[in-house]
Amino acid sequence: MAAVPRRRSGAGVRTTGTRGAGPYLTYLLPAAVLFTVVIAIPLVMNVYTSFTNWTGIGPRQWAGLANYRQLLHDSEFWASMWHSLALIAAMAVVPAVIGLIVAAALFDVIAKRFSPRVASLLRACIYLPQVLPIIVAAIVWGWILDPQYGALNVALRDVGLGFLARDLLGDPQTALATVMAVLVWFQLGYPVVIFMAALQRADPALGEAAEIDGATWRQRLWLVTVPQIRPEIYVVLLTCTVASLRAFGWIYALTSGGPGVATQVPSYYAYQSFFTNLDVGYGSAIATVMTVIIVAVSVVFLWVQRRHTAGDTT
Amino acid sequence: MSGTLTSHRPAQHGLARRRPARRRLAQRRGPAAWLTLLALVVVTLAVLVPFALIALNAFKPPAQYAAHGPLSFPDGFYTGGISTFWDTTDFGRALWNSVLISGCVCVLAVLLSIFNAYALGIGRVKGRTWILGAFLIANFLPQEGLVYPLYDLAKEAGLYDTQLAVIIIFTVIQAAFGTYLLSSVLSTFPRELLEAARMDGAGRARILWRVVVPVSRPTLGVLLVFFFIWTWNEFFLPLVFLVSNQNQTVPVALGTLEGQHIMNPLTTSGAALLGVFPTIIFFLIFQRTLTRGVTVGSVK
Repeated sequence: MAAVPRRRSGAGVRTTGTRGAGPYLTYLLPAAVLFTVVIAIPLVMNVYTSFTNWTGIGPRQWAGLANYRQLLHDSEFWASMWHSLALIAAMAVVPAVIGLIVAAALFDVIAKRFSPRVASLLRACIYLPQVLPIIVAAIVWGWILDPQYGALNVALRDVGLGFLARDLLGDPQTALATVMAVLVWFQLGYPVVIFMAALQRADPALGEAAEIDGATWRQRLWLVTVPQIRPEIYVVLLTCTVASLRAFGWIYALTSGGPGVATQVPSYYAYQSFFTNLDVGYGSAIATVMTVIIVAVSVVFLWVQRRHTAGDTT
Repeated sequence: MSGTLTSHRPAQHGLARRRPARRRLAQRRGPAAWLTLLALVVVTLAVLVPFALIALNAFKPPAQYAAHGPLSFPDGFYTGGISTFWDTTDFGRALWNSVLISGCVCVLAVLLSIFNAYALGIGRVKGRTWILGAFLIANFLPQEGLVYPLYDLAKEAGLYDTQLAVIIIFTVIQAAFGTYLLSSVLSTFPRELLEAARMDGAGRARILWRVVVPVSRPTLGVLLVFFFIWTWNEFFLPLVFLVSNQNQTVPVALGTLEGQHIMNPLTTSGAALLGVFPTIIFFLIFQRTLTRGVTVGSVK
């Protein structure tokens, strides 16, 4: 917290800037300009547009709350919001739970009783989908799940289970669950890597003490490990939740929101309103709702996290 | 967690330190331990299946695919699928565009992050908590909420369908994260170093370039790698902004082709291979940085 010295001793000291934080502010200048143009102005324009009717060409017509009123009665919008919850489950909750178990098993069992090298190798393989561009991963899955020539159905037919083969992405009953399964595959590596790093930071003595006291593996995981790595669990849940609300690429390449609206999500719905339906005001309203939800979720997460970490230290 | 970034400690170090304990445990490889290993190997193999399928089919002759399907082992080496895809999408061009955009963004975004973090982390300008909060929120904002006004502004500025527009936008988006991360790293920067440099008569700019930047080089390296890969993988904004073929990045070129539903299984696996290939290369080159730096999100 050392303050910037205002007077310098010694002669012949050449300095730029002699006052407190003033000169430091100049370093924020490029960012101030760029953030205003790329983030602040578009954000305000988007909110403004959501109160207008606009096709993207010509003048905007003030519409008040009409777009939002329409949203309230739009079953496709509500469907997309519910599907967002499903995607949060698939990208945040399920990977965090499985990731915790996998990370703990790799750390406690594989690294200690077999070899840390095997644990690193398995971790690297599980993380591999995370480095793929989403669109590439989505194309690969689209091909695997293709009803006619896709590898999954071909494999089922090859082993005599052809009656199980079906058009998973084309059937409204199974489309969302299939997308969710693919997302779990994609996302799992992220919590595994974060949690393994967290476990290395955590105090091993506590777990060993609990083991000597006869705690089962599950008890140790929930009562000793989880409280120790709580900050990382918050971060994983927050970043994965935010990521799941941006699942545009997956929906674009896998289902286009279909069949019907079975896999429609706000992100894709906004894109369609902007660039396909040319209903820019309505798309802006959807995007504004998304923005408000994401900002609210982030603020709540950060607040809870700060409270918990503050509670730990005092 | 910012410590993970600044330290050079390899991941296994913490385990190696407890070697005696490990040797003791190694003798207790009971059936439960073997079952755990088996379960994890099964999970890992399941994760790898799609990669195996790409590898199996990218070079498979079409006749064999038609006769024996995606699971048969290729009996020939056929590059037709890949070369068809390469030519129809002008893939070389897309690769170059991706390298150009990601390369510019990662350098510019790191520079911008350094400037911001210097003022916020070391300069401790007034209201820095709020400014940092704003950067963090900016990083979380959904691109859907910015895309149409940006599209509009770019059209007015004559930057629509240019790489420059995408470079500017992603420089700002990545720098929002970089600023947040780097500020918390620099707020623990050793004050003695700054004092010493100041005593020697160095000005603010000189201290930044000669002291702060060299000392935080490991963190900057992680940021550089991350910004490059994140920008490489971006799809939504490049899809909106880069409409003409000669400007498209790899994901956009792949995505628009998929959107046209003109892909057959062999071009799909060829395309997937070409799409996967660069990122696997990055992964192998940066593997240690990635697994070390993936925890950067968990800055407190």
